[in-house]
Amino acid sequence: MKTLIRTIAALSFVLVSALAAPAVQPDEVLDDPVLEQRARVLSEGLRCLVCQNESIDESNASLARDLRLLVRERLVAGDSDEEVLDFIVERYGEFVLLRPTTGGWNWVLWATGPALFLIALLMGAAYVRGRSKAEAPNETGLTDDEQKRLDELLKE
Amino acid sequence: MRGPIVRGMVTELGHFALILAALIAVIQTIVPLIGAHKRWPGWMAVAEPAATTQFLFVAFSFAALTYAFVVSDFSLRLVYLNSHSAKPMLYKISGTWGNHEGSMLLWVLILALFGAMAAWFGGNLPPTLRARVLAVQASVSVAFYGFILFTSNPFLRMQVPPFDGQDLNPLLQDPGLAFHPPFLYLGYVGLSICFSFAVAALIEGRVDAAWGRWVRPWTLAAWVFLTIGIALGSWWAYYELGWGGFWFWDPVENASFMPWLFAAALLHSAIVVEKREALKSWTILLAILAFGFSLIGTFIVRSGLLTSVHAFANDPERGVFILMILVFFTGGALTLFAARAQTMEAKGVFGVVSRESALVANNILLAVSSFVVFVGTMWPLVAEMFFDRKLSVGPPFFNMAFTPFMIALGLLLPIGSMLSWKRAKAGRVVRSLVPAFMLAVALAGLVWAMQTGRSLMGPVGVFLGAWLVSGAVTDLLSRTGQSRDLRRLFRLPRADWGKAVAHSGLGITMLGIAGLLAWEQEDIRVAKVGEPYNVGQFELELQDVKRVEGPNYFSTMGEVSVRVDGQEVAHLFPEKRNYPVAQMPTTEAAIDYRFWRDVYVVIGDPQGQDAWVVRTYIKPLANWIWAGCILMALGGLLSLSDRRFRVAAGARKTAPKAGVPAE
Repeated sequence: MKTLIRTIAALSFVLVSALAAPAVQPDEVLDDPVLEQRARVLSEGLRCLVCQNESIDESNASLARDLRLLVRERLVAGDSDEEVLDFIVERYGEFVLLRPTTGGWNWVLWATGPALFLIALLMGAAYVRGRSKAEAPNETGLTDDEQKRLDELLKE
Repeated sequence: MRGPIVRGMVTELGHFALILAALIAVIQTIVPLIGAHKRWPGWMAVAEPAATTQFLFVAFSFAALTYAFVVSDFSLRLVYLNSHSAKPMLYKISGTWGNHEGSMLLWVLILALFGAMAAWFGGNLPPTLRARVLAVQASVSVAFYGFILFTSNPFLRMQVPPFDGQDLNPLLQDPGLAFHPPFLYLGYVGLSICFSFAVAALIEGRVDAAWGRWVRPWTLAAWVFLTIGIALGSWWAYYELGWGGFWFWDPVENASFMPWLFAAALLHSAIVVEKREALKSWTILLAILAFGFSLIGTFIVRSGLLTSVHAFANDPERGVFILMILVFFTGGALTLFAARAQTMEAKGVFGVVSRESALVANNILLAVSSFVVFVGTMWPLVAEMFFDRKLSVGPPFFNMAFTPFMIALGLLLPIGSMLSWKRAKAGRVVRSLVPAFMLAVALAGLVWAMQTGRSLMGPVGVFLGAWLVSGAVTDLLSRTGQSRDLRRLFRLPRADWGKAVAHSGLGITMLGIAGLLAWEQEDIRVAKVGEPYNVGQFELELQDVKRVEGPNYFSTMGEVSVRVDGQEVAHLFPEKRNYPVAQMPTTEAAIDYRFWRDVYVVIGDPQGQDAWVVRTYIKPLANWIWAGCILMALGGLLSLSDRRFRVAAGARKTAPKAGVPAE
């Protein structure tokens, strides 16, 4: 089903960008391979605003192309990676960041995994310890009182 | 004019059968439940024939809808919107479930199928438990019949039937995608039986080893189907979407991945219940959560809540209905769990170092990682609703937050799977795994030395893959005893083979993912016809570009020769198609599949005279990702065919049979 949805999304951005051209175009690529590599990494972390959950690096939309060119423009102008991201977030909002910041309540998101893991680990450890110390139920399945009574009967 | 009349009859009968099935499901919910409570055998006995008839009616209903698609009965609104008389037969049939209404009908069909199978093969269940399982299963059906009949009825007619339909999206006309939804649904809905068993056991107030044994085959079957369904979807994305991405951490993908992780946890914890009568209440909780997350997945996909306005069920009425189903069943089951869980006392006693503890660790890692996926998927919604922030949670988050748990799982697995039950000697297991460990380290070191980049991902993936596979082999060899008599391997229970194969599959998938991500090479350029260029060790040459006309599309087809040291290794024909009716371009990547790597070529737009944009990707170990998935599914099937299930539990022939009717 996910793929059906994805296709609907594919359809939607086809409508948005009349001239569909697949992802990074040769004319966008920077001459400096180091800068280009940084541009690629940055654009993998930026969301295409008119698509559904696609980075601008993967997207065909013309808006994604504009953003790719903008990233490269800023890099050529000498911005650091952070400065490029700040520049884009300032214009398009934090919605463009595929990797959410840790600011505000977002720390909850980032802390969920480690915190849950810790809690689960403690609970699991407590359970395992409990099981290792528990009395094995006797083979007959009788309670202590019943067992005592049985022993008495057998003695007689 | 007899044709249209017959067609109309079939459609109306299908509609009628669906309503009847819904009514039978209501009876199947109420009567056996009262019967089990009052110990009235006659009332309990209603469950079994009711489950069978309910299935037959809904199967007829589904067949009627399929028939309408096959004969292109455009008096049905659904057929008009999703089909076309000139479409190939395969896609007419798959069009039945390639839309919201039809896919929900498939959902209840599978729900009823699993209910009927529980009735057919549940002969050795205690009568009260069987009656309750079937009643709970039917209650889920009732909710979904209501959903279909009141919000998503596939049998609505059109007053004036149009001459032809609007066709199915060309991207969906693909064999891989035709069978992706049925498998996914068999998995999702298969978990409903585990849920029914869990709720029935809670009502019954009794969970014992036998319960674990009854539940496990169903979980295994559901997990196998989910594995196949997810793998099919991922493979489709890889070859169809044009850049070879195979997993996007998209909400709808996560929706299928969360139940998969829970099902994996459940099928391991049910072993502990079966063998050691421990982890009972946790296993019950997992069974509830696994199906609960299937419902959440359905809600995510069907409501379109997280996938923007473009999702096809953007009707809020439907979303609210499914949300109510979700809240009622998950909430109800969890309430029941809270009230009854204490009564399930664990019996088995085991040491800190034991198979039981290892499986607890397995469950912690799988459950926590699934919750991480859940929180990441829902966070944008939470942030928007409560903090008024519009933000995205994309692959970078999931890669960072999820992957460590899988690495930990891979590291622990070979050791944990060899520990003996009750009390294990860790030293002995670790000693026997030294060769496997050394092999894995050596391979990872070799790869580290050979690779050019500084990425750790590749070597870590190689280590995990080799460690898991050689660990599984070590485990099998250890079962041959002191004599190392290899003939004994063939006398091992199939469950042991299943375990080894499935665990190796996990390793191979991990290796494939790491290898592909770490060592992929990409080349984007304007290629001139007849001018060779190099990508990695390959020399490519765009030899020709032709205009080709397909049955319902025009295509720009490139002819690319791939050479190594002057020797041609592949001759590829990447295409860029345009479907004029649907006004839609698609890229058809040409892929040279090989054991060690794929060469993936995509042709783009023309750039002046005799020059085209060509993208080339060298994708090492790509096939290993899906080969690993196939091995995992195969391992599950092997376990499922184990003699113990056939002899003891009532789930004979669960998996292979389940697949047939829905296909």
